[in-house]
Amino acid sequence: MTPALETVGLQKRFGGLIATNDVSFRLERGARHALIGPNGAGKTTFINLLTGVLAPTAGRIRLEGEDVTGLRPEARVRRGLARTFQINQLFRDLTPLESIGLAVSERLGGGWDWWRIAGSKGAIVDETAAIADRFRLTDVLDARTGTLPYGKQRLLEIALAFACRPRVLLLDEPAAGVPEAERHELLAAIAALPREVSVLLIEHDMDLVFSFADRISVMVDGALFTEGTVDEVANDPRVRAVYLGEGTDA
Amino acid sequence: MRDRAEALILRRARWRPAEYVFWLLAFAALVLFPDRHLILNEIAILALFAVSLDLILGYAGLVSLGHAAFFGFGAYAAGLLAKHAVAEPVIGLVAAGAGAALLGFATSFLVLRGTDLTRLMVTLGVALILGEIANQAAWLTGGADGLQGVAMDPIIGVFEFDLFGRTAYAYSLVTLFLLFVAARRLVNSPLGLSLTAIRDNPLRAAAVGVPVNPRLVAVYTVSAAYAGIAGALLAQTTQFVSLDVLDFHRSADVLLVLVIGGAGYLYGGIVGAVLFRLVQDLLAGLTPQYWHFWIGLILVVLVLMGRERMTSGVAALARAGVDRLRPGAGRATKELRP
Repeated sequence: MTPALETVGLQKRFGGLIATNDVSFRLERGARHALIGPNGAGKTTFINLLTGVLAPTAGRIRLEGEDVTGLRPEARVRRGLARTFQINQLFRDLTPLESIGLAVSERLGGGWDWWRIAGSKGAIVDETAAIADRFRLTDVLDARTGTLPYGKQRLLEIALAFACRPRVLLLDEPAAGVPEAERHELLAAIAALPREVSVLLIEHDMDLVFSFADRISVMVDGALFTEGTVDEVANDPRVRAVYLGEGTDA
Repeated sequence: MRDRAEALILRRARWRPAEYVFWLLAFAALVLFPDRHLILNEIAILALFAVSLDLILGYAGLVSLGHAAFFGFGAYAAGLLAKHAVAEPVIGLVAAGAGAALLGFATSFLVLRGTDLTRLMVTLGVALILGEIANQAAWLTGGADGLQGVAMDPIIGVFEFDLFGRTAYAYSLVTLFLLFVAARRLVNSPLGLSLTAIRDNPLRAAAVGVPVNPRLVAVYTVSAAYAGIAGALLAQTTQFVSLDVLDFHRSADVLLVLVIGGAGYLYGGIVGAVLFRLVQDLLAGLTPQYWHFWIGLILVVLVLMGRERMTSGVAALARAGVDRLRPGAGRATKELRP
């Protein structure tokens, strides 16, 4: 079976700097795959290449077998590739209900309706309510996003990506900066993502990586350093040397 | 849960009691203030113009310093049509609105790119160009003397304009009301939601599938049509058009009206128009020479008080200005706030 997402010889140069160096990577269907690496390893550049924010210098990107290397970000979203952002990118003046409803209505083709009152289409409301429920936003449905606790904002960040009904979801440090008291909800929501969505998790938090992922890729200096199951990577002395050395209690 | 979500989202669009009261009062003014119809007519026209600006500024976050371009275009279109072709007012309104919409559509592509500052300059530039064209084309527009000889037929052949502005106010008020209701539907629709989303975060709006530029073109076009209709109302009810309709002060005044009333909730334009015109009238009566001093003072105080409903466009502009003054502080600071 073709992988959910695949890169072949992907490369990105910024002048003399090679930010992504010949990366050939496979995300299998239904995978729970983590991408880790020290700061500056090129993880964010890699994500930007996958989503189309940056154009690669060389190499191909395939989404479920289809070459999407030349497609714009929106076109990739429509083909089922959604991402969350490391730094919240939310609609501060809309409520979670409105934000999710907007994403759902755009996908279902109601985005140009200008005479219809938002909320008057049952199918959109059904799906919006289900997504809000899945991401534990029911208690803050009607609050301005800008006023939400940070943990809820991180949940909404994922909910908005999920509302695009992705088949591949890229989570860029979803738990970054979330206070301890609000972490549980977030981790539970991530763990409960449906199995048919293939997930690539970029994360620094080793607890989250080990509890969520079944495979781990390690990126160092823009290249894939190693890849394996959680146990293989965790027990790889070279990985400990370059990366886990920072916190060997894992 | 599902029903609660539905109730919550539908609640946004429901008409509130205060709104009924407001419109009843506006229509009651036809009977209650028979000697104030002329100024009420002006207020209704200014209000429509401000509602038009609110659509792009308050909702989509597009700043403009040249909205008079569409107002003036509509005014000349209606005046010329009445003078040379059809003097029936409603036909004139529709034609002026359509013409202004075309102009809005054509110039919308100029405001898609760039920062708030570029938009201010581009919109200002478009209005200046139109003003100069109207000035030079004196054979058509009458130039500095204004467009003379505009005589309107009765509205739909029935309602004759009178000297006291009664028909004029009723006509402008009904037009304002109908267009307001349409704008209210629009801002509470999925399309309206997407405009607010674009204003808040165009990057994320695109990431959830909103076609950002086509939406901005659409709202700019609609806004231009509204402004054109407001200009047409002025031309028809005063039966005169002068270069003043394209003047910079019109663009500035309407921005002021929106700041006074508050942007982003549609009523701001109307409330602002009432306050602006009444204050102007009051101050001009007290100190005829200095009324701009007072309106300036009111503006400064209003903006410094940091009103909740301050237009996000103007606020963002102020932020951008402050950021620029502070070396090393980038736009990113806005996003880092948790």
